[in-house]
Amino acid sequence: MTDSTPHGLHDSGPAVGQDEWVARHAERRLMPEGPLRTLEDRVRRIPWWAWLTLFVAAFALLPAFEQSGYVRRVAFDTVLYMLLALGLNVVVGWGGLLDLGFVAFYGIGAYTYALLDSDKFGIHFPTVVSVPLIVLVGAVVGLLLGLPSRRLTGDYLAIVTLFFLQLFQTATTNGDSIGGHNITGGPNGILRIDPFHIFGHNLVVQHEGVFAVSYLYIALAAFVIVFVALRFVNLSRTGRAWRSQREDGLAAEAMGMPVNWLKLLSFAFGAAVAAFTGTLFAALNASVFPLTFYFVLLITVYTMVILGGSGSQPGVVAGALIISPLLEMLRDASKSRVIFFLALVGGLLLFSRRSRALGIVGLATLAFGFAVHAICAAIDPAWVTGEHQPGFAGTVAHWVVVPAHLARWITPVSYIGLIALVLLLTVVRRSIRLVLLVPTLYLTAFVWENVMLSKPEPARYIILGVILIALMILRPNGLLGERRVEIV
Amino acid sequence: MPLLELQGVSLAFGGLRVVDGLDLHVDEGEIVSVIGPNGAGKTTLFNLITGIYRPDAGDIKLDGESIAGLQPHVISRRGISRTFQTLRLFLNMSVKDNVMAAAYGHTRAGVFRSMLRTPGMRREEREIEQLAQERLAFFGKRLMGYRWEQPAYSLSYANRRRLEIARATATNPRILLLDEPAAGMNPAETHEMTELIAELRDAGGYTILVIEHDMHVVEGISDRVVALDHGVKIAEGSFEAVATNEKVVEAYLGLQTAATK
Repeated sequence: MTDSTPHGLHDSGPAVGQDEWVARHAERRLMPEGPLRTLEDRVRRIPWWAWLTLFVAAFALLPAFEQSGYVRRVAFDTVLYMLLALGLNVVVGWGGLLDLGFVAFYGIGAYTYALLDSDKFGIHFPTVVSVPLIVLVGAVVGLLLGLPSRRLTGDYLAIVTLFFLQLFQTATTNGDSIGGHNITGGPNGILRIDPFHIFGHNLVVQHEGVFAVSYLYIALAAFVIVFVALRFVNLSRTGRAWRSQREDGLAAEAMGMPVNWLKLLSFAFGAAVAAFTGTLFAALNASVFPLTFYFVLLITVYTMVILGGSGSQPGVVAGALIISPLLEMLRDASKSRVIFFLALVGGLLLFSRRSRALGIVGLATLAFGFAVHAICAAIDPAWVTGEHQPGFAGTVAHWVVVPAHLARWITPVSYIGLIALVLLLTVVRRSIRLVLLVPTLYLTAFVWENVMLSKPEPARYIILGVILIALMILRPNGLLGERRVEIV
Repeated sequence: MPLLELQGVSLAFGGLRVVDGLDLHVDEGEIVSVIGPNGAGKTTLFNLITGIYRPDAGDIKLDGESIAGLQPHVISRRGISRTFQTLRLFLNMSVKDNVMAAAYGHTRAGVFRSMLRTPGMRREEREIEQLAQERLAFFGKRLMGYRWEQPAYSLSYANRRRLEIARATATNPRILLLDEPAAGMNPAETHEMTELIAELRDAGGYTILVIEHDMHVVEGISDRVVALDHGVKIAEGSFEAVATNEKVVEAYLGLQTAATK
């Protein structure tokens, strides 16, 4: 094979049998030569392990700048989420299987660790024995669940795996009297679980009530190992076969790939990673409860994988890195307020194509708000007796009316009104839509201040849902996911 | 002994007999064409040989050993590979990965060796890449160069057909089943495909069983032609003999025309 030279073919055109499209591909590059192009090429040539090292190093330096035990703890939880997202990515992204029982394996890992290393039965395995054992248990249970469901695809597999999650839930919740024996502790879970003990040392979870940073480093090390191991598998014949059977199972089978076995394998890999993560969870929290491993967690991990881009390792890690701290910040009213208004403005910027119309709508909404506020204050001061705080919260309080005395019926009315307005927006003409956008935006802020702010738990997940919907419209393959073509 | 042999193979979908007591043999190094009108059971025949369907009756033998009822991936490893009439490429994978994936059956590295990237595993990877390069080079520059890393969906129709053949040969088969390799191609491409099939046999050393509707292709390549209609073999022999066979003309054009001819 000789390399085709793009230049020199200009005058005569390609010879017979030569492919013009191939020969002239260099001319069609959209980006011209220049420093930007050089930079782009340079960045693209940075190998994946350099990015990984950079990322982990940045993460590892966090405790040097942040003394707060709370922040370090959130960082630890984020690493756990990154591990879970990596595991789910094997099943969903590479295997192409919709596994709704994924967090059950996380629970199995945590519970098995709790049984092997706690006062529950007085068993105290060394960590170097129990953790590999639990990874094996996770993989085997994954295989066993895969066996009866290996011929199932899509919705049917989803139902079976969902049933498995329910089964795990029922078993752990009622496991306090299995034939008269208390095994899982039922709804009260298992308490006083050992921390990791490696080479004769107990790695304490807390120093004087503050999160011990050693666990953050253990989790980071685990993350690197899992990331690299999975990446290497994906770069091997197994990884290619996984992608092949996801693309076309029949063709993969006809080309010598054992599709059923490959599906089982991806199941087992996801389960093993989840079980491994479970041990970290149990060791740090020193307790496990059934309800930790349920739908909320399942949906959160799925959100991370979908947001980042299922199938892309950096993608799902980015997803976890965004969602996990976001969910934490949304617990706090003042932080969640800033996030909400930033998201509102950001969403408007992303969806609107014309900046002038956008500016007008933005200014009109601001004016509309102050006008409504002034009118309401003139009619009855009770309408604006919201919080009067300094800073951003105070500014918002001068703009959004908060009729505290009407709280009882204002909740359903404003909420339903907002949904109706949004639905209306999708059907009206563009000019009307721009006008309608002003009260809609104001009502959104109103609902936020009056309804959501006082109920942070559902509000967190509603915001998560809105982010997902917006992302599915803007980037259906996730932030870093590869563009996939289904029908060509 | 023939390389591939079908003995009284039958298959019915419910009450419909798709293939009925079919005897067929393909010798080593032969190019055999299967022709027949739509619904004659040609693609079903391929699906039977490759294990996608299991025959209701009869036996299928590769090199004297029965392969009937084996799973498709096992049959592929025994040395039968195929292309599909309705292209079934791994569209979102690169051209290179499409071919490399098909080497799965005759490579060994397991997941643990892959995780550790042992020297043996890396050597095998290099060999697979070499193999993919060789198989794609069969088609000249069409699938080489920058196309190498491009997703399969970006290829033109004719190039997709070529890539499917390249992928099929990457399983290191002894016998290649080509399901309408020239379908949807223009006359120049069809001519090229005719030469290519002959070259696959001569240079590649594959035995070839091919379904084709284009009679110029069939005439150009076939050592032997088998005509099917309603799942039954109605004629067999050289192209001239089959093309002038009364039953074949009748199957294609209908009884009336045959009578008036």
